[in-house]
Amino acid sequence: MVDGDVRIEIEGVSQLFAAGRRADPVRALDDVSLRIEENEFVTLVGRSGCGKSTLLRIVAGLLRPTAGSVRVDGVPVTVPRRDVSFMFQRPALLPWRSVIDNVLLPVEIHKLDKSEHGRRAHDLLELVGLDAFAERSPWELSGGMQQRVALCRALVGDPRILLMDEPFAALDALTREDLSLELQRIWNEHRKTILFVTHSIEEAVLLADRVVVMTPRPGRIARIVPVDLPRPRSLGESRRSEELHRRSAELHELLFAREAA
Amino acid sequence: MTRFASRLLPLVALVAAIGLWWFLRWVFGWQSFVLPSPSEVARELWHQRSFLPREAWTTLAETLEGFAIAIAVGFALAVVIAYSRPLERSFYPLLVALNAVPKLALAPILVLWMGFGSGPKVVMVVLLCVFPIVLSTATGLKSTAAELDELVRSLTATELQAFTKVRFPAALPHIFVGLKVGISLAVIGAVIGEFVGATHGLGYVIVASGQNADTTLAFSAIVLLAVMSVVLFYVLVALEALLVPWASHEQQ
Repeated sequence: MVDGDVRIEIEGVSQLFAAGRRADPVRALDDVSLRIEENEFVTLVGRSGCGKSTLLRIVAGLLRPTAGSVRVDGVPVTVPRRDVSFMFQRPALLPWRSVIDNVLLPVEIHKLDKSEHGRRAHDLLELVGLDAFAERSPWELSGGMQQRVALCRALVGDPRILLMDEPFAALDALTREDLSLELQRIWNEHRKTILFVTHSIEEAVLLADRVVVMTPRPGRIARIVPVDLPRPRSLGESRRSEELHRRSAELHELLFAREAA
Repeated sequence: MTRFASRLLPLVALVAAIGLWWFLRWVFGWQSFVLPSPSEVARELWHQRSFLPREAWTTLAETLEGFAIAIAVGFALAVVIAYSRPLERSFYPLLVALNAVPKLALAPILVLWMGFGSGPKVVMVVLLCVFPIVLSTATGLKSTAAELDELVRSLTATELQAFTKVRFPAALPHIFVGLKVGISLAVIGAVIGEFVGATHGLGYVIVASGQNADTTLAFSAIVLLAVMSVVLFYVLVALEALLVPWASHEQQ
């Protein structure tokens, strides 16, 4: 599964946020180091305030760390890269564009070949079952469908790295599970390196090759847990779900023990 | 509210307003030169059917010309304000000061500078309606949703791409608020302009008929102005529904 090439190197990253004139700055991240290999699926899990989204933004080049560095393919990240896609908690679709034109936004901005990527965009929409909605407006779609469109937009430029910031957090539990399965299926067909932020332990275990558990104040990596269960994984299938639940329970204990200490 | 009711209610309100007008006149026993009755105004509108529309056309042309200039100037100023903190700091107080000047006081000066043609009227229109357009456009350009802002940054869009593909369309709902406020002010601006040094336009008709104590003619002109404002306002509402269909959905 992993061919050993390091794709993302996070080294000694710390992030301080000013907290008003008198207060001490908040240490959102404290000396975080992590290596992510090619085509690996890594989830960052932790409570709100543990700095997981901040770390994702630093990897994306949307935020400069106070200290430390991030390298992608050995190149230090200072601004966003074109071969890295970012997916947000909210769909962030443009309501004045049709679904297909939303998916094609990166193609327009990167000035890529339209006819070739137009086909790819339709293929992606078909993959998530939305090809029939290509000419609709985003506001005619449900939240789950909108997030699927956002996923297609993130994939249309065939990025090598996908950064996902709690992309399913705003959805209901059933839709979230649907999308988790779809994401696994897509990841199976088009291998990517994925860094996925979530506050749901089940989701983290369900999706990941490795779960990175973070604790807040200051944001640190508490433990890295490999998950070597066969895919596709789902919470529904009893044989595998037992194993998934066992791992989730372990992580629960880990997170709560840290909080209590 | 059903579609039928929403169409009917404005009509009910209009009939009620005309009824109140009639009733007040009857209660206080006012003469026509104080307050003409609705039927007298209607008759006057009919008698002056070749004269009044011509004057209304003059006012409408000045209004639209000034409004178009105000949009061009307003957008340019708004972009400057939205993109440059130092320029915002320097321009904004001046703009607020300009907006605070009683525009009527400027009318004779504008005539002195620009003569008796349509020039000073158009300038008056611009002065009255440019402020809400600048304010709403600048606000719209500055209030791009955080996730859209991060989206264009993560896509490495250029500043121009970000403006044309995201920030400007995202500002449209705000911009239309300013345009709708501005269009009513534009009509008022044209009328104020025609109060001084004019020989045409509904504003001129109102001043001239006031001097002759022809209150009925004055009221006919006022009714036409009201109709003009309402029609222009709803043209913008229709344009908004066409260009910004998502605005009404996002509020739900």
